Amino acid sequence: MKIENILLVGNPNVGKSAIFSRLTGAKVIISNYPGTTVEFTQGKLKLGDETVMIVDVPGTYTLEPTCKAEDVACRMVKEGGLVINIVDATNLERNLHLTLQLLERDIPVIVALNMWDDTKHRGIYIDVKKLEEELGVPVIPTCGLSGEGIKELIERLPQAKARSLPTSSDSQKWEKIGKIVEEVQKLTHHHHTLLERLEDLSIKPLTGLPIALGIIYCAFWVVRFIGENLISYIFEPLFTRLWLPLLIKLSATLGGGSFLHHILIGNFIEGKINFGQSFGLLTTGLFVPIAMVLPYIFSFYLILGLLEDFGYLPRLAVLMDNFMHHLGLHGYAIIPFILGLGCKVPGVLATRILEERREKFIAATLLAIGVPCMAQIAMIVGLVGQRGGEYVVIIFLVLFLLLIIKGLILNRVLKGSSPEILVEIPPYRIPQFNAVMKKLWMRLSGFLKEALPLVFLGVLFVNILYTLKIIDFFAYIFAPVLTLLWGLPKEAISALVVGFLRKDVAVGMLGPLNLTTKQLVIGSTILAVYFPCIATYMVLIRELGIKDTFKSTSIMIVVALVIGAVLNLIL
Amino acid sequence: MIIDLTQMQPGESGIIKEIQGGPGFARKLQSRGVRPEKKISKVSSHFWRGPQIIEIDNLEIAVGFGMARRILVEVER
Repeated sequence: MKIENILLVGNPNVGKSAIFSRLTGAKVIISNYPGTTVEFTQGKLKLGDETVMIVDVPGTYTLEPTCKAEDVACRMVKEGGLVINIVDATNLERNLHLTLQLLERDIPVIVALNMWDDTKHRGIYIDVKKLEEELGVPVIPTCGLSGEGIKELIERLPQAKARSLPTSSDSQKWEKIGKIVEEVQKLTHHHHTLLERLEDLSIKPLTGLPIALGIIYCAFWVVRFIGENLISYIFEPLFTRLWLPLLIKLSATLGGGSFLHHILIGNFIEGKINFGQSFGLLTTGLFVPIAMVLPYIFSFYLILGLLEDFGYLPRLAVLMDNFMHHLGLHGYAIIPFILGLGCKVPGVLATRILEERREKFIAATLLAIGVPCMAQIAMIVGLVGQRGGEYVVIIFLVLFLLLIIKGLILNRVLKGSSPEILVEIPPYRIPQFNAVMKKLWMRLSGFLKEALPLVFLGVLFVNILYTLKIIDFFAYIFAPVLTLLWGLPKEAISALVVGFLRKDVAVGMLGPLNLTTKQLVIGSTILAVYFPCIATYMVLIRELGIKDTFKSTSIMIVVALVIGAVLNLIL
Repeated sequence: MIIDLTQMQPGESGIIKEIQGGPGFARKLQSRGVRPEKKISKVSSHFWRGPQIIEIDNLEIAVGFGMARRILVEVER
């Protein structure tokens, strides 16, 4: 049999992505919560002399979709190919339902009995040979995280069989599954481990809420601690001691007045190169992303990765469920928000785990205007923090209040109600060092590859706008809004224009404007709410459609106008 | 006696007898292992009609309050 392409299909959070990464060596984000993969990822596997395409399909419970992520999965299965059905060995019964659905289709199927290592200490014994006989397709025990069984899985791919079983109803399937499980699985008693006790404590409201507060507090503290120290002990010294002398030489060679000097080095501030304010490609263009933003991106994704792999996020979602309902969402919508704190692009993508259009719209809109990304947060902390920590607190408090107010209003105004939460809570797993580091590296290199060019472009763009006097034109047009309504100097328009491209550069542009602290607070807040960056906007259009994106945009503009004016009045 | 899931006490177990509601709702629950004749135990319930946490086959699931009211369970009291 010739294999053309391979699909990895299975329930959410059974380890499809881990197997995918083992098979292809490709790098994909793997976490311990359902819904990590919302879009398919492709990779290649060498089988003898041939290369076949492997697709990591989002998790699904059924071949009749109930949300966007499942819809992606179902369409892929329809297109055909060999299916590796990944089954969670610790939840055989529930997982076999999808297996039976697959066996009714005319597609070759092979089953990977994943999380095999977990069965032993959970007191689960499965007779693999018998299961193979019952299903009529090969069954291979695997462990995606350690790589156990992967070789055998590859070797036996050609034995995959299309059963085309007669179509049966759901209850017939459950009956059949009941019989199979009784035949092949034995459960023995096992002792509750410390982790399982912790699982209980962190999901019960009385103990769970204090634990959640503690974890969130610690997470913020650690992110800040690592970020700050990386900046002051590594990145800043690197720039001022090693890079600055080189730039001074370059500056002398280029000559102060030349165009190239202006683009590469930028303006002298008080007769010197100033990394924060000169706005040349090699000064601010490098300093902002590398020395101000990267350290925080690093520390944020390190902590997020640990929490994700441990399996904490779904528990937080349950604890937040009540609160989120007031905003028209259910608790699981906390996941896009948390991812959005890193970068809004994966945040908006993650709204695919939400079932209904109304929820998706609310979540995406709140995310776009209420949740600043880590690049922006780092810049606000770096820039506004110089005037005093309390001003940073004011900004985030205002953004948080705005998020709640907007959610309350949207929930009232939009027709319909928020659906209820229904989510599996995975067991806690001790994060593996290698896996956490691999994920961190993927996210960091993603930032460097995708954000760095845009930052350069942003800085270049600023210089061109200034050189061609286009900024003056915009400043003239928008002066009434900026000065009368928001109390900002009209030159601040440059930051708003660049904010379409990159928010970190935009916040950085407030630096050279000699703003008062009040103006800085207003400017930073408006930059966070008025419009998402171009990358986010593209995803918004793709996920919400033009019409809803337009609605969402109108809300953003109104909110920015209002909050700027309000802050101008009360601060 | 038969009660709904929200009336179960934390730590109590029982057997699911009926899931009220449309076929879509039932299927959604079934695919997560929540279906009639399954042994179920309640782990905890959250304040103010918050989610109900249940355990079926070693797997914890959070179910919204409204959904939980439509899951009927037989318990011994």
